[in-house]
Amino acid sequence: MTNTIVALTMPKFGLAMTEGKLASWLVEPGQSVKQGDELADIETSKITSGYESPTAGVLRKQVAPAGETLPVGALIGVLADPAVSDADIEAFVTRFQAEQSTGEEAEGANSADTEPHQVQAGEYSLNVRDVGTGDDLPLLLIHGFGGDISNWLLTQDALASGRRVIAFDLPGHGASTKAVTDGSLAGLAGAVADLLDALSISKAHVMGHSLGGGIALTLLRDHADKVASLSLVAPAGLEKAVNMAFITGFIEADRNRAMQQELEKLVHDKSLIGRKMVDSVMRARRLDGARDALRTIATACFPNGEQGDDLRPVLDAAKVPVQLFWGEADEVLPVAGAENVPSSVKKHILPGVGHLPQLEKASDVNKETEEFLKERVPA
Amino acid sequence: MSKKSFRQAINEALRQEMRRDPRVILMGEDVAGGRGGTSGVKDAWGGVLGVTKGLLTEFGEDRVLDTPISEASYIGAAAGAAATGLRPVAELMFVDFIGSCLDQVLNQAAKFRYMFGGKARTPMVIRAMYGAGFNAAAQHSQSLYPLFTHIPGLKVVIPSSPYEAKGLLIEAIRDDDPVIFLENKVMYDEEEDVPDESYTIPFGEANLTREGEDVTIVAIGRMVGMANEAADRLEKQGITCTVIDPRTTSPFDEDTILECVEETGRLVVVDESSPRCNMACDISALVAERAFGALKAPIVRVVPPHTPVPFSTPLEKLYMPSAEKIEAAVKNVMKQHAREVA
Repeated sequence: MTNTIVALTMPKFGLAMTEGKLASWLVEPGQSVKQGDELADIETSKITSGYESPTAGVLRKQVAPAGETLPVGALIGVLADPAVSDADIEAFVTRFQAEQSTGEEAEGANSADTEPHQVQAGEYSLNVRDVGTGDDLPLLLIHGFGGDISNWLLTQDALASGRRVIAFDLPGHGASTKAVTDGSLAGLAGAVADLLDALSISKAHVMGHSLGGGIALTLLRDHADKVASLSLVAPAGLEKAVNMAFITGFIEADRNRAMQQELEKLVHDKSLIGRKMVDSVMRARRLDGARDALRTIATACFPNGEQGDDLRPVLDAAKVPVQLFWGEADEVLPVAGAENVPSSVKKHILPGVGHLPQLEKASDVNKETEEFLKERVPA
Repeated sequence: MSKKSFRQAINEALRQEMRRDPRVILMGEDVAGGRGGTSGVKDAWGGVLGVTKGLLTEFGEDRVLDTPISEASYIGAAAGAAATGLRPVAELMFVDFIGSCLDQVLNQAAKFRYMFGGKARTPMVIRAMYGAGFNAAAQHSQSLYPLFTHIPGLKVVIPSSPYEAKGLLIEAIRDDDPVIFLENKVMYDEEEDVPDESYTIPFGEANLTREGEDVTIVAIGRMVGMANEAADRLEKQGITCTVIDPRTTSPFDEDTILECVEETGRLVVVDESSPRCNMACDISALVAERAFGALKAPIVRVVPPHTPVPFSTPLEKLYMPSAEKIEAAVKNVMKQHAREVA
């Protein structure tokens, strides 16, 4: 880069994010950065996450001060080569902000396309967020126990260039039907198969986190023709052990403080769990029927305090490419499960990461997954 | 999920609970609104501010009961109905009217469980409007929650936003004890995202609406929004505040207040009720007694003067707490600290 001026704007971490708070700057004006360096911490209603530099350069100006809450797309800073004059930087900022204030309406119309909507899949009405287009096979994201589509807020849009990427709330979760008739992995995998049919998708890449990984494996067992590849993130089904104290506490927590303690078990860096994230999980948990749904699923999937389904044979017999991510510091499903996979599986064991690799190490998971989908899977 | 006003959130909570549980009934002056007039129009208003509009047409005259202007009779009837198995939601219209029926609340509903050795339940809710800032003058503007908080056996709820109002009202209707549910009449048109589904917010758990390091602000009902506004302005000036919304003054979440004061060392309490024996006094006593060692500066209360609410617009404005007054109070506690250190 020489004369290029790069606008750093408030990122949209998927979903309903309309604004974010610039929690702190990690780089001073005048400092040089490499591509991927963290420039600032952005706090949203879901999570606090680092803002990675889109390119190499020098941070020339912090347009927004720390503590400011800004709409998605608003200018927060400017990156450029030292050769660019201060006057040019100022002119760029003025022009950018002027253009943005006139372009706001168009942006609003755009984001409406990516809003989640309800899809009838068999007996369930599921909340589905469907983004991206392209020639590649679609990618389906299945979240874990007690989660929702926001578990993919750093994943879905990042993988949606060149393919359709679908995230949805499992039955009993988020904004989907609360009453779960069959909480077993087979029952939930059946609902996923129904969803693919409802979306007219005959075959998809499937990425599953935690219980969603177990559902993905069960989908491969029961509906092999629908699965083009598997990306498993700290999946269920490869080990007997599960942290039942977490499962129970996570279902029953009825105060924010109790929920915060449970959510902290999900991550290695406990500071990722902010008040707003706890509040957003509690808002979902307070809905009538939400706790009952989780109890139904926990009873079906974790009888006698351990995992009821052994899906290692499914993986051993898998005829599709499989990759696996697991955080070394996982407190919910022990990383030992990663030892029980055949050598054909591409393994990524992430040090210093807990049970949410796709949020804690989003850029690594996204980069590896993009390569996996492009290179290991024939189009 | 969609944007709903405070009024819509309350209407939706009533409607969903009436659909879920046939024992839930409404009674009060004008809850049907317009029924019984000569025009033949049913459900013209749904209360003086339209909160119960549409409920008469859906649930009929057996479950939405317009009552005579006789608070003692229908609040008493609601207490009796609750004790015998219904779940009445009685609307007192303006909370100022409690004077006409205080015995039914103070000596009857609040005491049933206790006097009958735990054999009676009184699952009634009394909804009422409170608060100044509406030019409604001295008899229709009071914030009487300290009066109810003082009475053991009552639960007292003061929602600070539409989301809070819906979840807390559903919790109130499902609760087996008498609950006083107070709605600030200035807030009915305020909007925010409120889930379409039913949900409950537990009593006795305070909500932190801001988190900061310098000052703890405890604010009640409509004051929470003002405290948030002040906290946002102060953050730009380098002072960060924790804002606590207690949600319910009975039961009362003492722990959250004490923990936050331990962290910040400074306390501002915002309460729009008359300043003698109000919640600000109660909270100040709590902190003075149990977190005195943590205080870096004297507690500051942002409260109105001890006078009936003025009718005159400029005087009423002067009377009310405001974001500006809260901001000044926070700067004041910060300065006191600076002086002590220097």
